[in-house]
Amino acid sequence: MSGNMNLTLKVWRQKNASDTGRIETYPAKNISPDMSFLEMLDVVNEDLIKEGKDPIAFDHDCREGICGMCSMYINGRAHGPNKGVTACQLHMRSFKNGDTIIIEPWRAAAFPVLRDLIVDRTALEKIQQAGGFVSVNTGSAPDANAIPVPKWNADEAFNAAACIGCGACVAACKNSSAMLFMSAKVSQYALLPQGKAEAKMRVTNMLKVHDEQGFGACTNTEACEAECPKGISVSNIARMNREYAAAMLAGE
Amino acid sequence: MSKFFEFLNSSVGRKWLMAFTGLFLCLFVLVHMSGNLQLFKNDGGKAFNQYAVFMTTFPLIKVVSYVNYLLILVHALNGFYLVNKNRQARPVKYAGAKSDASASWSSRNMGLLGTVLLVFIVIHMGHFWREFHFVPMEAKQYITKIGEIPTEGTPFDTVITIQAKDFKEPRHYTINQQDMSGRMATYEVVELKDLYGEVAEAFKSPLYVAFYVLAMIALSYHLAHGFQSAFQTFGIRSKTYAPIIKGLGNLLFAIIIPALFAAMPLYFLFIKH
Amino acid sequence: MTLDSKIPAGPLSEKWDRHKFNLKLVNPANKRRYDVIIVGTGLAGASAAASLAELGYNVKTFCFQDSPRRAHSIAAQGGINAAKNYRNDGDSVYRLFYDTIKGGDYRAREANVHRLAQVSVNIIDQCVAQGVPFAREYGGLLDNRSFGGAQVSRTFYAKGQTGQQLLLGAYSAMNRMVGSGQIKSYTRHEMLELVMVDGQARGIIARDMVTGEIERHSAHAVVLCTGGYGNVFYLTTYARGSNATAIWRAHKKGAFFGNPCMTQIHPTCIPVSGDHQSKLTLMSESLRNDGRIWVPKQKGDPRPPADIPEDDRDYYLERRYPSFGNLVPRDIASRAAKDMCDKGYGVGKTGLAVYLDFSDAINRLGEKAVEAKYGNLFDMYKQITGDNPYKTPMMIYPAVHYTMGGLWVDYNLMTTIPGLYACGEANFSDHGANRLGASALMQGLADGYFVLPYTIGDYLAGVERKPIANDTPEFMEAEKAVKERLNKLLSIKGKKTVHDFHRELGLIMWNHCGMGRNEQGLKEGIVKMRALREEFWKDLLVPGSDNELNQNLEKAGRVADYLELGELMMVDALERKESCGGHFREEYQTPEGEALRDDDNFAYVAAWEYKGDNQAHQLHKEELEYEFIQRSQRSYK
Repeated sequence: MSGNMNLTLKVWRQKNASDTGRIETYPAKNISPDMSFLEMLDVVNEDLIKEGKDPIAFDHDCREGICGMCSMYINGRAHGPNKGVTACQLHMRSFKNGDTIIIEPWRAAAFPVLRDLIVDRTALEKIQQAGGFVSVNTGSAPDANAIPVPKWNADEAFNAAACIGCGACVAACKNSSAMLFMSAKVSQYALLPQGKAEAKMRVTNMLKVHDEQGFGACTNTEACEAECPKGISVSNIARMNREYAAAMLAGE
Repeated sequence: MSKFFEFLNSSVGRKWLMAFTGLFLCLFVLVHMSGNLQLFKNDGGKAFNQYAVFMTTFPLIKVVSYVNYLLILVHALNGFYLVNKNRQARPVKYAGAKSDASASWSSRNMGLLGTVLLVFIVIHMGHFWREFHFVPMEAKQYITKIGEIPTEGTPFDTVITIQAKDFKEPRHYTINQQDMSGRMATYEVVELKDLYGEVAEAFKSPLYVAFYVLAMIALSYHLAHGFQSAFQTFGIRSKTYAPIIKGLGNLLFAIIIPALFAAMPLYFLFIKH
Repeated sequence: MTLDSKIPAGPLSEKWDRHKFNLKLVNPANKRRYDVIIVGTGLAGASAAASLAELGYNVKTFCFQDSPRRAHSIAAQGGINAAKNYRNDGDSVYRLFYDTIKGGDYRAREANVHRLAQVSVNIIDQCVAQGVPFAREYGGLLDNRSFGGAQVSRTFYAKGQTGQQLLLGAYSAMNRMVGSGQIKSYTRHEMLELVMVDGQARGIIARDMVTGEIERHSAHAVVLCTGGYGNVFYLTTYARGSNATAIWRAHKKGAFFGNPCMTQIHPTCIPVSGDHQSKLTLMSESLRNDGRIWVPKQKGDPRPPADIPEDDRDYYLERRYPSFGNLVPRDIASRAAKDMCDKGYGVGKTGLAVYLDFSDAINRLGEKAVEAKYGNLFDMYKQITGDNPYKTPMMIYPAVHYTMGGLWVDYNLMTTIPGLYACGEANFSDHGANRLGASALMQGLADGYFVLPYTIGDYLAGVERKPIANDTPEFMEAEKAVKERLNKLLSIKGKKTVHDFHRELGLIMWNHCGMGRNEQGLKEGIVKMRALREEFWKDLLVPGSDNELNQNLEKAGRVADYLELGELMMVDALERKESCGGHFREEYQTPEGEALRDDDNFAYVAAWEYKGDNQAHQLHKEELEYEFIQRSQRSYK
């Protein structure tokens, strides 16, 4: 078909967590600009399988930019060159015929590579389990409209809660810090009356686990915000810093 | 108290420490720069040398300056700790990272910039600060006529060089003697270590000046990120004020201060030789 | 075996309360002596896991994703219904019940649907208390929007990400219990077999998808919350990983399959662009609140949409259904779009699309207001198609989106296997022949938060309180069967990849069992399906081995199950000689082309029993008694 492209892929291949891994080169032929990036990889994989080679393993699920499963560093950027999209929403019309594309997994000590482009993001889970919740048992809730929440707070909380937990912030951060991820959750609850009761405990517990999991510290480069497919703001990190200091330094 | 140390040892607490020490150092840089503006005065270095004495003898300033040295140390050591820790958080680097697409160069290179500055501080202090404190140095006697305004002739202001071995400590006294017209007059005599002369001498070397200018460029980039970043760390950030902090901070700490600092060696190299 | 739906007696509005009182309880101190396995961690699974763990049961959860938060519930956009009547517009539990029954074309159980409407109000309370950031008005109270199939505003929403926010709420509740040790969460694990001991569900065989290790997990009860099976169709709005393996394995062990042919085709999806396409993207139904659907009156009108004057446009939904207009239920909107395209009025490159136009809304409300409501959806559309919907109308076409069918369950959500439960989309339950928008989230959470925690106790109270061993012959046999099956898939070493087969399978399903079905097509489809299945087991090519992360092996197992399930769907569609909701048999329609139900002969739930490989399924009928509602021809005119 006219307008289709031929590309060269340089892809990180790693058999399993203990393999050292290396970059290998594959051609991607006759790629339609209407394909998503992952569909392009599907095409390459189908060829690899038929050639008797191992297909490239990559995480993906919803393919509509909301599940947060897809996670790849494309040409030096988390989720590729476009702002505000995940790899599954990145379409091949963003590339030109003849381009070489480097595809790597998220890089962080806290995200060990499981295979090829797939990393283990359990560390993010652990942070959530430490405090990313409001302690309310099923059935014990008051009427939903019993506590009015100012629209600004509700909207800000929503903006923070829009995080899809993909880990692009960690991948893009030169320190592999998960502050944006964690602060989004801390902020969501800090902004809502429902979350206030255990705010101090939440932020201290979550940060403790964040540090234990081997994520780096934030140095305010703001790369996380720039690369976040959901546009989560670093003002959440500021809020979390505030919350944490208040929780730790306030007298008892 | 243990909670306080837990805080300081956390990734956020260490950032607070960086921000707190960093902002204090910003303040110091501001004061240091304004003081050093005396270098531009065309008074044979008197104001500058006086300022140097004041800064090293006034008790409060003395205390503050030792705090300052301590904070530089804390800032640097904590910085090295964080850089190292943050490196460990990414053992395998990207083959094709395009970091400039998402974050400013200065924000990504604070460790490098800080190291340049630390080297600068060590050399700078090893030179001027050490010599001023511990090495015998030429001094200057500034004699200024006071009290009566002379009616004719030029004011009798004289600068006399005192050999280093003859100088004990700064002195400030008055003498009465005849002026050029033969009338009695009161003269103020100030004897000071001539740091100004040291500075002027040092900045005759283009290499040395280049090093200073380079360090000030590093300072500019370091503070372009550092100053506003401290506010983010403290959690002082709102849509309304963030641009103001960033704008004013950049203007003062990333442009004006480093530019004036850099102007000093250049002034001696090119204008006041 | 006779089906007992266990619907409690008594007046409709008191059934659930009475039933709750009559259910047996497990003493709080004894709850920790029961293990419950929950497979799938979407809305139903996560909410059930959290609620059961809060009660004190030991819960193990399994999901194939790397985190429970990624379950496909997250992709639900529009909202969640609840009979709160915060709008004072005449809503009530009864009206939500009525709308849902009618929307389902009178093929759902009255008692179940009424219970759903009853607990809908508790769901909103629960979610708000969890910190779910629903949209609010300036007064600080919750906002609502209207949705298809209803004339009241009862849909609560969080921009276009309601499913995400509700799932993250349930996930947070689950995390709290994982943190406290009451839930053990197994991620990147796929259930490959159900283990039965003495005719009861007592565990599962799961594969660690990273190491390939086969694990035996035992429990006193197993709950399947694994979602729908729409991926049989290949091109759908489902996540790529969504699959039917858990429910199909359970089905083959004795759980009846309810109404397999009942699939929902969502009217507002982004049309197919080429063969490479791996999935379809849904645009929330909420878009139909402000968007107007039309096609040119002239076939193949070459003009760009903006240049086609008002008089040359056919707003066919507004024309055919003046009172509901663009907000008719999904099955009707989808069929109407297909109808217009089949007649040659379709637009776009393929002619398989209709316009969804926002120019009126933008003129009326301003671009800002439209952006505030639908901004993220517009961005998504632009990202995928390269077109800007603020300037030119969207193009949409229906796509498979949801399955009303699923494992047959009784009023307690228990399948025909004692100790095996199914919640959420995995069961056939509450939506009849068609699901209304914003009701899937409601049902998933209702099952998990407010139904299962009561009903599972009734079963467990009668189960002996001792740990279930996982090394009994039953477990060892099931494990062996799983390993053999995996080896078989790997050892074929044919020429076609699993994607090739899936694509072909999807095409058969879409052409023969899609939006319109007929006897001849279904019969042909069944023949084709059997042939494809045979080819699959002869010519499949799966690379790699079973002791490593192997995505093709995972998928091969799923497609193998689809090849069997797809046939059952067509068998069911063939058997149901009427049109109702999402099941449209072309032979049975009104003169205007609407679905023509046959209440005399088909007012039943078809529950299919597996009788063995290559044996015909046996049909069991659960007659649907309508005590409280008068069935009528659905009309949205």
